[in-house]
Amino acid sequence: MISSGEDSGFKKSNTINRRMFIFAAAKAVVFFGIVGRLFSLQINENKKYLTLSDKNRLREARLPPVRGEFVDFFGNRIAKNLTVYQLHVVPEQVEDFKTLIVRLKDILNLSDSHLQELIKKKNKQKPWETLIVSENLTWDEFSKINFYLHELSGARPVLTVGRNYPYNDTYTHVLGYVSEASVEDLVSNETIKERNVPGLRVGKIGLEKALEKELIGTNGVQRFEVNAYGKRINQIDFKEGEQGKTIKLTIDTEIQKYTQELLDNRAGSISVMDIYTGEIIAMNSSPSFDPNLFLYGIEKNKWKEITKDPLKPLLNKTVSGLYSPGSTIKPIVALSALENDVITTNLKVNCRGHKHPLELYGMKYHCWKKQGHGYMSLQNAIKQSCDTYFYEAARLLGVDRLNETAKKFGLGNVVLGKYFNEKKGVVPSTKWKKDAIGQNWYLGETLINGIGQGYIQTTPLQLCLMTAQLANGGHKIYPKIIYENNQENVETIKQKMKLAEENKSEDSNLLSATEKLFKKDEKTYDALYRNKENVKFVLDAMFRSTNEIYGTSFSSRIEDPKYQFAGKTGTAQVKRITEAERELDLKTNQIPYKERDHAWYVAFGPYKNPRYAVSILVEHGGSGSSTAAPIAKKLFKFVIDRHELREKKKNLTTTDI
Amino acid sequence: MFIQSSLSDKSTFFQKLRSLDYIMLITILIIGIISSFAMYSTDGGELRYHSESHIIRFVVFFTMMIFISFINIKTWHTLGYLFYIIVLGLLVWASLFGITAQGSQRWIDLYFINLQPSELMKIAIIICFAKYYHRVQIAHVNRLRNIIIPILILFVPIALVITQPDLGTSILIALSGIIVLWLAGVNIKYFFYSSLVFIISAPFVISFLKPYQKLRILTFFDPDKDPLGAGYQIIQSKIAVGSGGLTGKGFLKGTQGYLEFLPEKHTDFIFTLFSEEFGFIGSILLLILYAILIFRILRIGSLSRNFFGKFFCFGFGSAIFVYITVNMAMVLGLLPIVGSPLPIMSYGGSSMLATMIGLGIVMSTKIYSRQLIS
Repeated sequence: MISSGEDSGFKKSNTINRRMFIFAAAKAVVFFGIVGRLFSLQINENKKYLTLSDKNRLREARLPPVRGEFVDFFGNRIAKNLTVYQLHVVPEQVEDFKTLIVRLKDILNLSDSHLQELIKKKNKQKPWETLIVSENLTWDEFSKINFYLHELSGARPVLTVGRNYPYNDTYTHVLGYVSEASVEDLVSNETIKERNVPGLRVGKIGLEKALEKELIGTNGVQRFEVNAYGKRINQIDFKEGEQGKTIKLTIDTEIQKYTQELLDNRAGSISVMDIYTGEIIAMNSSPSFDPNLFLYGIEKNKWKEITKDPLKPLLNKTVSGLYSPGSTIKPIVALSALENDVITTNLKVNCRGHKHPLELYGMKYHCWKKQGHGYMSLQNAIKQSCDTYFYEAARLLGVDRLNETAKKFGLGNVVLGKYFNEKKGVVPSTKWKKDAIGQNWYLGETLINGIGQGYIQTTPLQLCLMTAQLANGGHKIYPKIIYENNQENVETIKQKMKLAEENKSEDSNLLSATEKLFKKDEKTYDALYRNKENVKFVLDAMFRSTNEIYGTSFSSRIEDPKYQFAGKTGTAQVKRITEAERELDLKTNQIPYKERDHAWYVAFGPYKNPRYAVSILVEHGGSGSSTAAPIAKKLFKFVIDRHELREKKKNLTTTDI
Repeated sequence: MFIQSSLSDKSTFFQKLRSLDYIMLITILIIGIISSFAMYSTDGGELRYHSESHIIRFVVFFTMMIFISFINIKTWHTLGYLFYIIVLGLLVWASLFGITAQGSQRWIDLYFINLQPSELMKIAIIICFAKYYHRVQIAHVNRLRNIIIPILILFVPIALVITQPDLGTSILIALSGIIVLWLAGVNIKYFFYSSLVFIISAPFVISFLKPYQKLRILTFFDPDKDPLGAGYQIIQSKIAVGSGGLTGKGFLKGTQGYLEFLPEKHTDFIFTLFSEEFGFIGSILLLILYAILIFRILRIGSLSRNFFGKFFCFGFGSAIFVYITVNMAMVLGLLPIVGSPLPIMSYGGSSMLATMIGLGIVMSTKIYSRQLIS
């Protein structure tokens, strides 16, 4: 029993030990399997998992970039950054969102619709993302929030920077405005996409949009650790962003403000340009609107008011408005005719009034003056703006030669190029009509073209450039609105013009190729004329138009030579005048607003030593001489009075360098 | 033989004290200390709820283990079936009146502790089988009667635990039992056939699983399929271990754990947390400590003069090994995620209690290694 028991026990013991051994061997294999796995994860793939773990825990927050500012010629800030008080809420850190929001509603007097919007927004975003409850609190509201902060857990009063336009509607059409970046902004501009943060403001129109890249600035970066739920635990790294560039304009705020005053909310435009440097001293389009309204989303009824306004405040009339130039084109027609030797200054044309209009192929072409001007010389025709004379001059000249001269002097092309949504306008030619309309040119169209009606369409800034290039003696200039520190001074430009004048006779094409290569970057102020005397003649006629009796703007003249200017009026019809209307001969205020003529005036001054060119347009303002020219009188006084200040400032900045 | 047994029985307290396995004791203490530090880290570097209660439990149950060591192995043999029946009763109690948490009814509220009987069953099944096979002669092991009864003993608790539902623990109970069956000499062909049956029936069994359990098994095969859902735990655990590198991120500097990326870091994923903070070297050291512990247990078993002790030590030692490897393989992405704690390291009173009872019996086997049991 015992022995068999012992025997059996021995066998049993053997079995157990044997099986334990097999199992232990298996264990060793598994054990090394685990070690191998640890090795592969921790040693072989360590880098991969380290990256993954960092990706898990580290988040980067890009802070909104600080936008560059705009200053005017004298360094006044015209678009600046202001401290803005905002209220942020991180829904995750709020115990009871509903209660908080109701409490905030009480404190800030939030509207119900705003509340609904907030709740909608909150439901759309992640709980740890900041919800901007109020973008622009007043100081009172802000301090109120701070006072009640202890009972508003989760609410964060925040100081940040926001755009501000201190001159309100003065610069709207130059600067444009900023507003929250839209999907289109992100798609169309890589820089915005790259630097976008929630609530980022970007330029929507004007220079704010055109110079976005320079203005936007770089993001500050905040790196912090988050937990699995995305909650920020602590900040690890902070890199400050760089503010966008400050952009200096050539505009003088005082003049800019004054032009606005002069336009007095009528639809119209005023531009003032330095005839040598091409600097735009003022550029206004009226009516305007307050760009500050757009910063935090414009209210619906305000927006409606602006879009529904018949005077079109949203349109930058100076660069995007297209108008018939009317009689303001006459100096160019005269110049073109002289340059092409189709007329001499001695040509006389008889203007016989409405009873005996010029007739061509059965069509009648009337002068504006009912009684007629009688026998007119070219000089008098410009001075008194005789249409009949210019029908004849244009007929002799032909549309294509006029086209060439007009284009040379800046019509039919954009003036400032890339900055604005500029319109080119139309300077017609036979070829243009064929391409654009598909019809042959009629001689009659040449005639009305000669008095700035018909197909021809210009922007006010083009006419300003045209006048400037005439006034400086007929030389090409380079209009600019952004001040360049290294720009040439007036004396250099005058000398270069003289040089261009001397070289002109040799024909600029003969300028040796190497010479051109060297001067590639250098600005040349090419002569736009063939004979300088022709330009002088036209300028003299413009002087008489303003400063001699019977001149169309004689009543707006200034006799003091310091301010004395020369100009050309224009009265552009917006519709064809019927025979019946011609008979009626209505006063401007008897005609419906939309059918009234546009009033034009282009001028330069001071006459003895010209420096500034202006163009003035009052939409549906009636005649140029009664509406536009008086504006020029006030404007020239103001501009020339500020001339010394401007020169002083310029000398200061050049010596600064 | 009788003399020897009486000698052993009558040895003095100091003799008993001297015959304790100190290497094993020290190993347990070191693992316990390591676990306390790991738990301290899960609390975010503060002595808070988890670390505090873990340390208290470790101290209490460790002391209890020493007490158990001095209980004659004979007593455990005598009480073997009773222990099994009591635990089984507790399991039934848990199924009927237990506390439900996270969709599983597995705890009994004992006021001072929430007892999880299924954890105790892991040890009870080994004691029960050790007693059963202690008397069965090797020639009779493969008799039908001796196959059916153990299968019933094993099947009843598994069925109870699986319906809690608690897949992980039921698998571990099954493995604990099967280990002893294997050691007892049950014919290899039975293992072979039953595993064949298991593999064939596995798809059908899976179709009966709860959706979340199915998902766990499916995501094991492709964790990247649903990185924020079911695969999240595996992915985050691998990231934590992998980013630990050779030397680890340092104590209290494991970002995955500290920043809450690790799921269930106190319990099943405590090794992940430890491995992230102490790296490959730390992990290997911990593995070596466990290896020493298991080796000592097996050694005590091989030195035991009675089959009960032998069976128990071999069974328990192997079971500990299985628990450890299942847990580690799981957190390292080698096995699907099923709830299975890491002995001593993981937070959980019942698991600690069961482990310490087991270790106490092992120690008692050592002290009474010469004890014969009829």
